Amino acid sequence: MTSVETAVPRRAGALRTVLSGLWSARTWRATLHALAGLPLGVAAFALTCGLPVGAGYSAIWSLLYASGDDLALTTLFVVLTVTATLSLPRVVRGLSAVQRRRFRALLDVEIPPSHGWWRQFGYHVLSLFIGVSGAAAVAVCWSATLLAWAEPAYLVLAAPALVAAPWVARVVARADTAAARALLGPSRNEELSVRVETLSRSRAEVVAATDAERRRIERDLHDGAQQRLVSLAMNLGMARANLTDLPAPARQAIVEAHDEATQALAELREFVRGLHPAVLDDRGLDAALSGIAARAPVPVRVAVSVPDRCSPVVEAVAYFVVSEALTNIARHAHASRAEVTVDRVADRLRVVVTDDGRGGATPGGGTGLHGLAQRAASVDGTFALHSPAGGPTTVTVELPCGS
Amino acid sequence: MRIVIAEDSVLLRAGLTKLLADGGFDVVDAVADAEQLLRAVAEHRPDLALIDVRMPPTHTDEGIRAALVIRHQFPAVAVLVLSQYVEERYATDLLSVRTSGVGYLLKDRVAQVSDFLAALHRVAAGGTALDPEVVAQLLVRHRQDPMDRLTPRELEVLRLMAEGRSNHGIVDTLKVSHSAVEKYITSILSKLDLPPTDADHRRVLAVLRFLRI
Repeated sequence: MTSVETAVPRRAGALRTVLSGLWSARTWRATLHALAGLPLGVAAFALTCGLPVGAGYSAIWSLLYASGDDLALTTLFVVLTVTATLSLPRVVRGLSAVQRRRFRALLDVEIPPSHGWWRQFGYHVLSLFIGVSGAAAVAVCWSATLLAWAEPAYLVLAAPALVAAPWVARVVARADTAAARALLGPSRNEELSVRVETLSRSRAEVVAATDAERRRIERDLHDGAQQRLVSLAMNLGMARANLTDLPAPARQAIVEAHDEATQALAELREFVRGLHPAVLDDRGLDAALSGIAARAPVPVRVAVSVPDRCSPVVEAVAYFVVSEALTNIARHAHASRAEVTVDRVADRLRVVVTDDGRGGATPGGGTGLHGLAQRAASVDGTFALHSPAGGPTTVTVELPCGS
Repeated sequence: MRIVIAEDSVLLRAGLTKLLADGGFDVVDAVADAEQLLRAVAEHRPDLALIDVRMPPTHTDEGIRAALVIRHQFPAVAVLVLSQYVEERYATDLLSVRTSGVGYLLKDRVAQVSDFLAALHRVAAGGTALDPEVVAQLLVRHRQDPMDRLTPRELEVLRLMAEGRSNHGIVDTLKVSHSAVEKYITSILSKLDLPPTDADHRRVLAVLRFLRI
């Protein structure tokens, strides 16, 4: 029982597969593709090989052996050879475009353009063989079907061809697609360079978006929370100054609230400034750096020489590099002083932060130097650390100004 | 004393108006942006303009630019600029016109009501009020000059002079005697090559040199 039950659907399934193969649009498109490949392949071979080689051969033969009477013909051969050879690059590009259109229109396959001239030339030479053999195989299968239509006696012969036809057409299409992808499409190198370009563009966009987001948050906090807190602290300050006749506990509460509010204001200010210093947009790196340098616990000297400003994203990266480097120095270096030098050399912004601390810093030591290197790398900058044991430590970051 | 306030936050504008009114000032106008501020100053000719740095339309340094215009066009009007962050670059801009009757303070300072009112009075009377943060920022600039000859204590005294303190104020802050402060100042003036001609001018010159203006 069970064997019959399973056999019937299996047979029906096979029949359905054959029929669906015959009816599917994919089969017919593959067939058309294979048939169209024949004239295109012949034309491509003729234009890329036949014409230049034939004309060249004729020209050389004429020049060597032809009599003076055939001068016109010899000239024609020479001109033809030169023209065919010189126009070869353009012909190859044109043929590639036509072939790409064939793949797109008939198979719905997109072959991305490539600059590899020799590979495209190779495809056009190969397309003669693919075109001829593919079209022949497909044509033989379908014509066997037509034969059975005309003479039912051949049905035995025609039936396998009929079943095979869709698959032959699809295999031909697949083989042609593989060849076209390999030769007409971009090479691995081209693909990689396109990928690198896309990746660096999207990374630049992410960096710019993060930067914009920081600015937005800074603006929101500045216009919102900070103003309210100033207002609160001011009101508490007025209460503290004016309400002198309150009972001691109430007065104590006001004093504490006032101190808390003032403290919160200072902390919020530090935090918001750390997000993005507004003066950086306004007046540039030089002006913004004196702010962080002045607040560093270690005395810092700043010298900035950037006659032409870099892009806002690079300025922000440079600012945060200095800010994090100074935080690092305060936390780990045991330094008594530090120096920040920023200058622009041609198209690169060089940031050097030096301290007179104990040295021995390593980027992997959990000292935040890794983060510095990452910041520099986010805009294709370089990071160098010189920190012998006993000091001094120098961090040098170079950033390309444009990105 | 007549005052014009320019502050875009409604809450703070109202708060400042009340604070100043309670403090005995006559607030003749309170406006929300730089354009209205310039009109109000032209109309009322106040003794002092209290200005927020970031105001509409661009929310960057409108206040500083308006303050500079006021200093050029209305020299009699003292200017005190308030900001969430104080930047030495804005301070040098402000002081580049004239060093008298000018102030630049963190907004936080308004919470210390009596100090703030004292700073307002000082600026309106032709003095200065520079936020200690600004002075600290000015100190980090790299320079090779006579300033390096000063001892840390002398620098501290000069710094308090730059903030706008009188000798008396310096005595209170540093908890030293009057004569000690006078000694420091004399030493500062001689180290900065400011020969004794007119005492008041030398003091301003020393501060100017200190601020690199």
